[in-house]
Amino acid sequence: MRYLARRIVHAVFLLFGVSILAFLFSTLAPGNYFDEMRLNPQISPATAAALRAQYQLDQPLPMRYARWVKSIVHGEMGFSFAYNSPVAPLLWVRARNTLFLTFIATLIAWALALPLGVWSAATLGRWPDRALSWTTATLLVIPDLVLALCLLILAVRSGWFPTGGLVSVGFENLTPLNKFRDVARHMALPVAALVLSALPLLVRHVRAAVAEVLEAPFLRAAAAHGIPRRRLLYQYALRAAANPLISLFGFSVGTLLSGSLLVEVVMSWPGLGPFLLEAILARDMYVVVGGVLLSTLFLIGGNFLADVLLYWADPRIRTRTAAR
Amino acid sequence: MTQHRRLMRWLLALGVLHGVVACAGFFAPYDPAEQDRERPYAPPARIHLMDEQGRFHLRPFCYAPKLAEDVSNSLRQETRTTLPVRFFVSGARYRLLGLVPCRLHLFGTSGARVYLLGSDGYGRDQFSRILYGGQISLLSGLLGASLTLFLGAVIGTAAGYYGGWRDELLMRAIDLFLALPWLYLLLALRAFLPLAASSLEAFLLVIVVLAIAGWARPARLVRGVVLSVKERDFVRAARGFGATHSYLLRRHILPETSSVLLTQAAILVPQFVLAEMTLSFLGLGVPEPVPSWGNLLANLQQYSVLVSYWWMYLPALAILPFFLGYLGLASVLQERMGGAYKIEGDAS
Repeated sequence: MRYLARRIVHAVFLLFGVSILAFLFSTLAPGNYFDEMRLNPQISPATAAALRAQYQLDQPLPMRYARWVKSIVHGEMGFSFAYNSPVAPLLWVRARNTLFLTFIATLIAWALALPLGVWSAATLGRWPDRALSWTTATLLVIPDLVLALCLLILAVRSGWFPTGGLVSVGFENLTPLNKFRDVARHMALPVAALVLSALPLLVRHVRAAVAEVLEAPFLRAAAAHGIPRRRLLYQYALRAAANPLISLFGFSVGTLLSGSLLVEVVMSWPGLGPFLLEAILARDMYVVVGGVLLSTLFLIGGNFLADVLLYWADPRIRTRTAAR
Repeated sequence: MTQHRRLMRWLLALGVLHGVVACAGFFAPYDPAEQDRERPYAPPARIHLMDEQGRFHLRPFCYAPKLAEDVSNSLRQETRTTLPVRFFVSGARYRLLGLVPCRLHLFGTSGARVYLLGSDGYGRDQFSRILYGGQISLLSGLLGASLTLFLGAVIGTAAGYYGGWRDELLMRAIDLFLALPWLYLLLALRAFLPLAASSLEAFLLVIVVLAIAGWARPARLVRGVVLSVKERDFVRAARGFGATHSYLLRRHILPETSSVLLTQAAILVPQFVLAEMTLSFLGLGVPEPVPSWGNLLANLQQYSVLVSYWWMYLPALAILPFFLGYLGLASVLQERMGGAYKIEGDAS
């Protein structure tokens, strides 16, 4: 347990550090929302200055940081100038969609990568392995931006999939089953883009990890005892190869999160990505900082999940920390 | 094939590809910003060797486009007039490698312009724009990667060699930078820099953003190498003979990090090229009219372009050989290191 507690403390410090850094950078940035206002001849400089004072942008930096942290505690995360509302509720709606997309994509990517990787390792050097290696190499070459665009073109040309958004018009009136089908149809392309971009790396790592374990004497002994091959591969080999793969899981969450930013923009998925981009272009500072902080939180969450899994799967970690 | 031969082969392929892009002025028939107002969205020219009578021509040619008042629906029509494609012709001025003023082009036609890969909404030649765009994208990738590797090497060496509180501090900083998803980090850094910038400023900004966003991973790898090297016997012996810190770093420690840095370079360059593309695609990178691979693809964000003009997708294909080359190079380099220092996957 002390191991997990240490990870939590570490995560909290990381979040704190990122928040300070992001806040510092954002105030050092030239130009803010009200500077853009100055370009508008209908708004007098005095009005802009008054607005700056109203939002306390004219106060010293530590004061503003303290005020901002306080507003996080209150569940507001600062104030969006463009939307004229606290940031947290705005951010939360988008973040939920991003989280949903990334979660499903992670699930599907791993559900595909594990059997494919194990299959590849089990047939090392023969045709399934070679075909899979070629496929993953091809997918690895295609960058996610191009992949997302290709899928979008497919959607537009074929008309099989909707080309944007989360739900169709008139979603509220659908029956629950049709609601589910509608969301699934909207998700298909973004999820496919994310899965295809993350899959090759995962399959290659699973293959390498399992192939290494398969040479171990204990597996030869198990095979000699007549344990069926399927059980051998999935229960014995995969379990022994789990350690590096769980670290990879934390890493894959990061890859999928940043991949989802791009996919969301390309496929107009109403997630954090388009929202953040819009805020950057409008210089809506608190939204940018909030979005960055939230993405960090998700990544740290993913890594923490990996730590928990590792703690559960690898007895060596439990005994090592207990002995200390 | 031996490992060395394979390495050389990948390097040669990459060298040729980069050479073509570096000499974009020679291979591209036209200036990338030159507009042809009468022919926006012209489809790729069909190059023929046989004419309508079935006669064979040694010199390839295409048919001249028919220009009418109503541009929109006459685009696809061709006249009977042939436009022979001539090689090594004199055309628009450019500077070879940015230095030598030159007018020689690999090919061109007299009369109407020939669009090998079609033209964009302003009637600019896509083929020329892809070649020139490669200069921006590849250069920002290469410069960004060199800068970030330099930063990573310095910081990683400092952390690993001196140890103590410096190591502790630098490692925490590395953790901080790795705590953000890569694209969010890029966007955040870009958000805190001026948005309205000239092309050159934007280009430099992108390089700076890439360098700051990417140093943490190479720094951590270099630190690991330095930590293990500084305890090796030959380094201890040199220290015993009274070698200074700078001598030890220069002669014994930095050379040992070179293979890690090289492998990281092969991984980082395509990742950074892609990052530049992403930023430009999102409108946060190099702006029009200067072409870059990212802002060429940005045209696809318009629905009409996406549906009607398939040749606007072609920039996406142009970049694949480069990524293939770097992937091959990285895998050979990784193999050569023999798994001595395990490289973490790329964080694209």
